Amino acid sequence: MQLEYFQMIDRVVEIDVDARRIRAVCTVPQQSTIFEGHFPSYPLMPGVLLIECMAQTAGWLVSVLGGFVAMPFLVGVKDAKFRSPVFPGNALEFEGHVQHEGSGYAVGQCTGRHDGKVVCEAHVTYRIMPFPTPQFRQVLLERAEQIGIAVKEFAK
Amino acid sequence: MSSTFDKVADIIAETCDIPRESIKPESHAINDLEIDSLDFLDIAFAIDKTFGIKLPLEQWTQEVNDGKATTDQYFVLKNLSEQIDRLVTAKGA
Repeated sequence: MQLEYFQMIDRVVEIDVDARRIRAVCTVPQQSTIFEGHFPSYPLMPGVLLIECMAQTAGWLVSVLGGFVAMPFLVGVKDAKFRSPVFPGNALEFEGHVQHEGSGYAVGQCTGRHDGKVVCEAHVTYRIMPFPTPQFRQVLLERAEQIGIAVKEFAK
Repeated sequence: MSSTFDKVADIIAETCDIPRESIKPESHAINDLEIDSLDFLDIAFAIDKTFGIKLPLEQWTQEVNDGKATTDQYFVLKNLSEQIDRLVTAKGA
């Protein structure tokens, strides 16, 4: 996890296309400039970054289901809850579920856990749009490979 | 049994917090009810779930952008309801 680069997911450990589910893991870094401000003398993972973790987890699944032909952009977050504080060094697991694949949009739900305990959850909506540039898609595919997604299996 | 229009109007009222009595069959979702594209995604999601269909929003948008259709054909609620009925029928065929 590199917070400054918005690389929130370290590894996708399971994708079940039939069940429309994904599991991903990451570890909050011990050091980050983010923690210099959030908060001085009490480093705490910001809730907005937990939302980003959830959005990326379910977003990867949307990309897989769509064959990486278009980009799911986050356009809505509902019922976001942060149930427990998350600290530097915490290992997190996110489980995402795509509830509906509409025409040009998708709706999902994601839950984050630490030591098996739910720390956050939210419903997320994506607008699925063409990649702004071919380079954008290439970067996304490379990142997908890096975190363990079998791109060759899923990309159309 | 509620008509398709009634179900759609109920969805819009609940999703967009619009008074139900102000939603008429001749209302244009965008021009009259001022529903923006993001809110319409929530409405589309609810319609898809309620009727077990997939509103072809991308196709409709393309047709409007290409000048092959008007927004009235898809976003005036009585027309939207007819489109939904067609999709439901086609799905069951």
